[in-house]
This record gives sequence, structure tokens and C-alpha cells, in this order.
Amino acid sequence: MTDIRADISYSDDKDAGFGDYIALLKPRVMSLVVFTALVGLIVAPGGLHPIEALAAIIFIALGGGASGALNMWWDADIDAVMKRTAKRPVPAGRIAAPEAMALGLALSGISVIMLWLATNALAGALLAFTIFFYAVIYTMWLKRATPQNIVIGGAAGAFPPMIGWVAVTGSISLEACLMFMLIFMWTPPHFWALALFMKSDYHKAKVPMLTVTHGRKATRTHILVYTVALIPFALAAGFTSIGGPVYLAFAVVLNAMFLQGAWAIWRRTEDQAEADGYAVEKRVFRFSLAYLFLHFGAFLAEAALSNLPAYAEFAASLKILELF
Amino acid sequence: MAIAREHELHKRRSGRNIGLAMVLVAFIALVFGLTIAKVQSGASLQAYDHSYRPAIDPDNVRYPQR
Repeated sequence: MTDIRADISYSDDKDAGFGDYIALLKPRVMSLVVFTALVGLIVAPGGLHPIEALAAIIFIALGGGASGALNMWWDADIDAVMKRTAKRPVPAGRIAAPEAMALGLALSGISVIMLWLATNALAGALLAFTIFFYAVIYTMWLKRATPQNIVIGGAAGAFPPMIGWVAVTGSISLEACLMFMLIFMWTPPHFWALALFMKSDYHKAKVPMLTVTHGRKATRTHILVYTVALIPFALAAGFTSIGGPVYLAFAVVLNAMFLQGAWAIWRRTEDQAEADGYAVEKRVFRFSLAYLFLHFGAFLAEAALSNLPAYAEFAASLKILELF
Repeated sequence: MAIAREHELHKRRSGRNIGLAMVLVAFIALVFGLTIAKVQSGASLQAYDHSYRPAIDPDNVRYPQR
């Protein structure tokens, strides 16, 4: 007797492995979600039991993964056209689109309910809204409708530190809103700097990108405008309970450097950029990653330093926005 | 002689099953840990059982709470 199942001619690349299901959750996006949510959770006043905190981070990340799966389900047609995304599990045929949808919906439900049970109802509700915002408002509606899609999509990425904060405190405060605004306003210049030097095939997929719909000069102007608009939020956070002298020192230097980079991008013509292989745009893009990481790192540093009584006393005089 | 041939498909499925099993075990461990954490950080574990019990009433001055 033989096992007839062994004779089924299955195409190797059509059967999903465990890694394909992980890829469906966009693990690289998840790592940013975990980092910013963790910072929000640590800098919030009060505290959670370590296991509650671990559960909160896991379920916030899982919610982010669920919205990634829903995004891959809906965008399978776009992903199949573009070179960068054609090998994703759904367009490559390893996972069926309805399966990606089912997994996305199931993980959404699990993550929201479990975050609610582990922490509080507002944190769960915010996570549900984030998933809805990314999957429905951004992916299904605005991504294909407006070149401002990057601005709107940035909001979904900006929620995790706020959810981390709310998981501890149970309420939304100025600090949570400023952490949200920091990521929200940072996303457009970060992404558009990339769009200037990455010759992507979004036009082939009929996704309106600012570089195509409004031109590259307009994109350069947009980078400068959003960078200028970002600065007040980044600096204001320094005067709240999560800020302090160390954060402010970082914020002043980082924002001056980011502004200088955005200014340099704005002044350049396309000919100049092509002549040096988009050196400035690439430099600003790389710097923008460090910009966000260091801002949130500085929040962590402030949280650690506030345990030193002498430093806390000195920092308290700066926290003029704490009462709001 | 083996009665069943090992196909690459079986390896892939077994990897998927092991991965899923690990996720489920981790989930159970997390829920168990959460339960312990909630019980430890909760207030009184006693409640009224059909009749009023002065000893667990926080407003009852004759029985000061811990």
C-alpha cells in the first residue's frame, strides 16, 4: 500500500509555508509599530504588570499585522503589477485572497478583544479604529483616489504610541496626541524623499502618487512644507511630561538638520538631482529614519532620567505644557 | 521499506503545522499569564454570595479593609 497523497502534483510555489503567513502580516511595519507602542507604554504615567504590558505590545502588533493582511487582500491586483510587491504571498498565488481576508478579519477581532481584556476598552477601541482606518479609509478608499494618500496612510502608522499610552492611562492626553502628530507629520516628507529617487511603477498600477500627478517640483515643495509643519509638534513634546532637557536638545538638533535637508531638496532642480544620483534625497531619506528613532529614543531617555531626583527637579521647570 | 513517500509538500505542511502549534501554545501561555497577573493585581477576591457580608464591605468601619 502506498500513500497516494505523495503523488499529488502540487506546484511547490503554490503552497504556502508558515513564513508566507508571517509575510502577510508585514513584519517590517510591525517592528516600527512595536517600537513606538512600547515607547508610548513606557513613558505613560503609572504602569502595567509586566505580563499585561507584554500582552498589550503583542496585541497592538497583531492588530497592525491584521491590517497588513487586509491590505494585501484588497491590493492583490496592484501588488501583482508592481515589481516590488509581485512576490508577496497573495499575488504570487501561495495564499488565496479570501484566505488573507479571513486571516486579517480573525486577527483583527482577536487583537482588539484581547487588548481590551488585557488593558482597557479605550485602547481596544483605538486599535479597532486604527485597523479600520488603514484597511478601509486608506487601502480601500483613498489610496487609489488621491495623491495625498501618503498623508492619510501616515495616520494609521501614528496611532501605536497613542494606543500604548492609553493602554496604561486609560485616556488620551496632550502627550499622546503629540506623539501621534510626530509620526503623522513625519511620514509625508519621509516617504516623498524616497519617491523622488525610487523610480517606482505606481503609475502602472494606477495609484496616484504626488511625483506623477503633481510633478517632482511640487513634491519637493510638499517635503519642505510638511517638514516646517512637523517642527512645532516635535518641539512642543519637549515641554510636556514626556519631554525634558535631553529630549529638547535632541529635538532642536534633529529638526534643524531635517529642515536643512528639506530646504536642500526644495532648492534642487531635477537636473542637479540626476547629475549626482539623487545624493541629497537619499541622504535626507536615511536621516529621516534616524530622526524618528532618535526622537522616540529621547522619550525613553527622559523616562529613565526622571528617576534621578536632581534631574527630575531641573526638568520640571521646562514642562510648562504638563497641565494641559 | 517506507509505506509513504515523503514529499516536499509534506515538509512544508509540517512546518506550517508546527508553526501554528507554537503560536497556539504561546497564546495559551500568554492568556494564562494574563490571568495570573489580573488575579494578583485585583482587589478583594471575595464577593457576596446571596447574602450581605459586613466583613468585605469597604464602607463598613467595624471591619477595616487591608
